[in-house]
Amino acid sequence: MQLHQLTAHEMHDLLINKELSSEELNNHIFDRIEAVEDKIKAYLTLTKEGALERARSVDGQIQSGERIGPLAGIPVAVKDNICTKGIRTTAGSKILSNFIPPYNATVVEKLAAAGATIVGKTNLDEFAMGSSTENSAFIATKNPWDTGCVPGGSSGGSAAAVCAGEAALALGSDTGGSIRQPASFCGVVGMKPTYGAVSRYGLIAFASSLDQIGPFARDVTDCALLLGVISGHDPRDSTSAGYKVPDYTTFLNNNVRGLKIGVPEEFMAQGISPEVRAAVERAMSLYESLGAAVEYTTLPHTEYALPTYYIIAPAEASSNLARYDGVRYGFRAAEVADVVDMFMKSRSQGFGPEVKRRIMLGTYALSAGYYDAYYLKALKVRTLIKQDFDRAFEKYDLLLSPTSPTPAFRFGDKVDDPFQMYLSDICTISVNLAGIPGISLPCGFVGQMPVGLQLMGKYFDEGTLLRAAYTFEQNTDYHKEFPKI
Amino acid sequence: MITEKDVDHVALLARLELTGEDKEMFTRQLNDILEHFQSLQRLDTEKVQPTAHVLPLKNIYREDRVGEHIPRDDALANCPDRVDNYFKVPKIV
Repeated sequence: MQLHQLTAHEMHDLLINKELSSEELNNHIFDRIEAVEDKIKAYLTLTKEGALERARSVDGQIQSGERIGPLAGIPVAVKDNICTKGIRTTAGSKILSNFIPPYNATVVEKLAAAGATIVGKTNLDEFAMGSSTENSAFIATKNPWDTGCVPGGSSGGSAAAVCAGEAALALGSDTGGSIRQPASFCGVVGMKPTYGAVSRYGLIAFASSLDQIGPFARDVTDCALLLGVISGHDPRDSTSAGYKVPDYTTFLNNNVRGLKIGVPEEFMAQGISPEVRAAVERAMSLYESLGAAVEYTTLPHTEYALPTYYIIAPAEASSNLARYDGVRYGFRAAEVADVVDMFMKSRSQGFGPEVKRRIMLGTYALSAGYYDAYYLKALKVRTLIKQDFDRAFEKYDLLLSPTSPTPAFRFGDKVDDPFQMYLSDICTISVNLAGIPGISLPCGFVGQMPVGLQLMGKYFDEGTLLRAAYTFEQNTDYHKEFPKI
Repeated sequence: MITEKDVDHVALLARLELTGEDKEMFTRQLNDILEHFQSLQRLDTEKVQPTAHVLPLKNIYREDRVGEHIPRDDALANCPDRVDNYFKVPKIV
């Protein structure tokens, strides 16, 4: 086992036992990046100097006998739609290609307070709109298991970085599956926390009622550690929830006895590849053999989730992205006739096709004469989707499904048909609409490509998700596989 | 059915300038996508309350005290064109 293959908690043990310094660890990760990044292209920006500086400061603390937290000195990657003070933050868009934030996102401040080193900023679909990271204005990130396949998206860079050993942990954002789906495609653990559990302050907004920042990790223990660091109320985010963050590591018990697990039949129906379904059925049997009660259930409004999402998310996006006007920050077109011409040309030259498509869709859905038929209708159907989950959680402790209908697909397979691309999120978007937490963890392979298992939980019950995920991991070996690059 | 004329109108509202090729593509793709949305009309939602937000939100008050703020030069550092302490834009009126 090589150093970059270790989990964060294993790295932590080496640090506190003084078998390794954080500076050595971080240098090793940067060597690893140098070795594989040409093939993977996970990063848009590397921040070696800052990482090594913080590593040395953590080493100083260890040398002077201070107790350090679990993430101190551990290399973490940050998705490039999360603001980092003084470090270019592009959201994968030409319109922000030179944007240097004057402040840190709350999650970045929390990482700093925990002593984590920030390795760099990871690639994404432009403004997190996409399921393959092919919509990045800059580079195409490759799936480390097969570089002819996409890493998933939109947090494809973060998933690939953790998968390829180019960081121990990473942050992503999830609006319709953008953490869980790439985690599934790359065979790592990824979690979307409950809406409001993690501050969105400093996250470049896509769809504000759905966006949530969350962790990528190589195992469930690491996921719990990173979740614990980034969670909590933040007065700077008005939608941040006031709740007491538990010590998530107390939920890491290898025990699901008596747990009631529902499997929504709609998530196992048409469109799910037979190999993915088989892997999920094996997971169901495993949980049963470990003492959980597993049965099929129903979320009857599931078929409406995709159209509901693709009205609400673009509507919110069209409003959020109105701020990119070429005045205060970002790209401004040259040679314009007047101020409106400046807005039009800056936005048209600065945004890519998928972003324009969603702005158009959202603007249409919100425009006079269509608001009631589309936007208001979608908000009402969202209520029905949420009520499906409320009813299911009266009976079950958690729900189980595939994360994505297929393993990672090949580059170019879905770029010409937006709706086919949207179907890739069919199992994940309901979770965002309802605002509940969801986690994806490796549950098998189709050929050499990983398959993800999704667990969905009650509001602020990340603990039960972690417990069930940890139990699955303790009884399987999928998370120990590492791609040959 | 969305026409190219509708696409022109929406593009103007969204402050986007589309090429002829874009217009043709968006007209086709938006029609395809909106066709999938027709399924929502099958649901009777007359008595359903809309959900704009999943958490029960309430107004949050704070003391009316000056807090920290971004220094002016930092706030202006990213703007494409600047004169003194102002954002510079083309003539408006």
